[in-house]
Order: sequence, then C-alpha cells, then structure tokens
Amino acid sequence: MILNGSGCLDALASPEIARTLDAFVTKTVTPQGREGNAPVRIAETDFGMLNSIGLANPGIDQFVVELLPRLAEAEFELWVSVGGFSAGDYAELCARLDERAEIAALELNVSCPNVAEPVETAAEIVAAARSATSKPLYAKLSPSFDVSETARAAQAAGADGLTLINTIKGLALDERTLKPVLASGPGGYSGPALRPVALAAVHAAYRATGLPIVGLGGVESGRHALELIAVGASAVALGTVLFRDPGAPARIRGELEAEAAALGLTSPLHARGIAHDSGLQAFPELTKYVN
Amino acid sequence: LRRERLSVLTSVDLGPYRLLTLERGALEPGDPGQFFMLSAPGRVLPRPMSLCLAPHGELVFLVDPVGPGTRAIAALGAGDAIDVLGPLGKGFCLEVERPLLVGGGVGIAPLPYLSERLGGPPAVVGFRSEWHAEAASLLHAAEVVVEPTLVTEAVPRGHDVLACGPEPMLAAILREWPTAQVAWEAPMACGFGACYGCVVEIGGRLRRLCIEGPVLAAA
Repeated sequence: MILNGSGCLDALASPEIARTLDAFVTKTVTPQGREGNAPVRIAETDFGMLNSIGLANPGIDQFVVELLPRLAEAEFELWVSVGGFSAGDYAELCARLDERAEIAALELNVSCPNVAEPVETAAEIVAAARSATSKPLYAKLSPSFDVSETARAAQAAGADGLTLINTIKGLALDERTLKPVLASGPGGYSGPALRPVALAAVHAAYRATGLPIVGLGGVESGRHALELIAVGASAVALGTVLFRDPGAPARIRGELEAEAAALGLTSPLHARGIAHDSGLQAFPELTKYVN
Repeated sequence: LRRERLSVLTSVDLGPYRLLTLERGALEPGDPGQFFMLSAPGRVLPRPMSLCLAPHGELVFLVDPVGPGTRAIAALGAGDAIDVLGPLGKGFCLEVERPLLVGGGVGIAPLPYLSERLGGPPAVVGFRSEWHAEAASLLHAAEVVVEPTLVTEAVPRGHDVLACGPEPMLAAILREWPTAQVAWEAPMACGFGACYGCVVEIGGRLRRLCIEGPVLAAA
C-alpha cells in the first residue's frame, strides 16, 4: 500500500498523481486558516531538503465546504491529516470530520517541527481525538523523542495506527552569506538522509506496539519500501521523492513487487516485520533465495 | 504532467552561462515563460528553468551555474541523459499590441523564445558586465546596456512591457510600467503545486508561484 506523506502532494492540483496512490493524505488541516511561514520556505541540502511551510491551509471551515467535496469526487481513498495547538483543537477537528463518509482515516499530525507545539503530550492528543471520532486514527510521530514510549502511549490512548516519521529539525546556511537560507531559520529535514532514522523508528514502534504503521522517510525505490516493511511498516508513504519524480508511486510499487518476488514472497507485505526475527532466515522455505 | 529522460545534444559556453540543448522527445515546448524542472545529477531536487529556445525537435535552456544544482546541470555534456518535467506554470500572454521585451542577467532566458513567438519585437537587456552581455546574442537586435546603466533607463515609453530579471529590476519595472507582464523566480522543490515552497505575495496573499505564475500580470 503506497501513500503520500502529508503535505507532499496537492491532489486537486495533480489528481492524476493522486490516483496512482492507494490512498491520498491531505495537507494538515488546522482549526483556523493559516498563510504559513514567510518565504524562503525550502532549501536543498547535500542529502535531503529542508522545508518550513508552517501548516499553510485554509482552515477546517473552508476545507469542509470547498475542498472536501472536490476531493471526495476523485477516485482515491482519502485520509485527512489534522493538526492543532491544543488537544481540544484535535478533538474539534476530528468531531467535524467524523460524520464524513468520504474520509477513510484521520492522521493526527502531532510532530510538525515548524510550528509551536501543543502543551499536551501526543498521548493526550490521541485520547482527545479518540473521544471525538470512531474513524481509524493514525498518530504521526516524530523520531526526535523516545519512539517506543510515545508509540506505546499513543496505542494506550486509542490510536489504531502510527505514521513514522515526520521530518526532523535541520538548518542550512547560504553558500555566500552564511545566513540561514530559510526565513524561519531551522526547518524540517527530509529526503534520503532520513532512511536510517525512519528504519530505526518504525523498528522500535513495531516492536513496542504491533500496530499498523505507515512508514516513511527518504523512500526513493522499491528496495527502500521493502526495508521499511521488513522492520514493521504495513504501508509506505512517499514524500520528497514525489517532488522530483511525480511518477514515483507507480514506479516504486512495481519495484517493490519485483523485490518481493525475487525473494520468493507472493506479496511485499509477507515481509512485514521479518527484520525482527532473523530476517529471511525466519522462513526456512525461503532461505534458498538468500545469497 | 509529462516527465521524460532526454539526451543532451550540445552544451556550450555563452559568457558565464551555459546554453544547454536537449532533444525534445515527446515534451511540448509550451508557451514562452513557462518552465521545466530539470533533474540535477547527484542532487535531491530538480531545478526550474524557463525555456530559452524551441528549435524543431529540441529544447534549449540558459543555465547560470551559481549553485550545486545548476553547476551539475551545466557540467552535462553531449550524450548525457537528464530527466525533464514540463512545461509547467503560466507563461506570457501574447495578446499584446506593442510588445517590448525587457531582461536582466540570466533573466533573459525566456526572451528569445518569446521574441520568436511575437515576431521579433524590440528588446532591452541589461547585464553586469560585457562578459555576461555575450548572452544578448540570443536575442535578435536587442539594445544592450551594461552596469552602471540600468535597463529601466533605456526602456522607451508607449509599449506593453514583458519582463524577466532580478527582483529589484522587476520591482523598478512595475513602478514605471504597472501593467507590465513580469516573470518571477522562487526556489521550487516540485514545480507542480505539491511542496508549497515557492510562495510569493500575490494580491496580499501568499500563493504558489508555480501554479499562479511564474508570469504574473498586473491585478
């Protein structure tokens, strides 16, 4: 199952790309509309990129009235990412979206590095959201804290699944002036450099909870997706790679199926969690494919 | 959206710039002022480039090698492959009565194709040195000024101005010619509205330049 990372695709601007995903995740919706942060908002680094968009979105009212009906017309499964500045914000957003049958799942963005954080913990936010909706709830977590502990707390608070990882904080300086490139100074670091960080976070969260996990962080190929599945992801999301290659969902799906087939697996998801055993050695009938 | 892997036909120096000619493949050249995302070898993100010329079966870009991405693109040679996405965004409106093209520095990039489509209107282009001004050879019969003379001092009255260049130049143009069509630049990760990185203030709000522009007309 291949999704986009929230904020990495506009399905209304590019419906043809969204249709190549198994589910489309919206940009995070907040209670009030937000212009987002002042430019400069993005900077490439040697092994990734920084962004500081600042949750630019029209706010829940306009989202429900204008965007949701248009998104619902399109032919893809719809996940909505919500974000706020208190647990009450999340509860309000989830309550507003709970009745909308066109929404398959809600993702709680409790880990944006570019805006002020709520005072409550991730678990308190999940609990507040849980009380407001019966829809599947995915908590999107940061790798910058103890993932096992946060994941366990989110599970105990009622999360149905986890999304890992969000960007991590980074900074880039201008080549000539040595001033920060981004107007906000630091931003969220994404791209290929995050792959090992994402693998470690998904590995820890799977071991701690066994919950369904959307794994993301630097995926650029089917092999990268397979590795996330091997450490515990049940779905894989694409972020930075979409900016460079809008054909990435179809390409990576094909590569992933080929990678799995080459290992003798009939579905890539059969590799889920095998890194926690002894890799493919855990499947004696498959060891003939190794080496 | 169409993305293709194209072959480099030639890459030649033009003053401090490189003129990169690609085989066109199945890509359309689009309207003058529209842009393409060119993959930069060894880099994470592609780079936005407006189309400079569109000879039959080819796409030509003017590259200013100022950073790691543009340097990697400028280092490509004949026979190398490059992924290209486009055309993207909104270009110049060609329904103008008395067009005059104004460009500054590498901002002259979209003007040769624009000039061709408009039948060779007058043009004024400015550069920071005679070396940079070698790029003016891309434009038929352009008036060339070199700093400290500014293009705004050389632009005659009574025309519909279509401009591309550094921000201070474009701001000065808009002060004198408020109805000018102006092509802006912003850092972009994607070029098709996904990243929200390229916002500029349009009509008092931050909007994505890749979708609303890069050519913006007076409100």
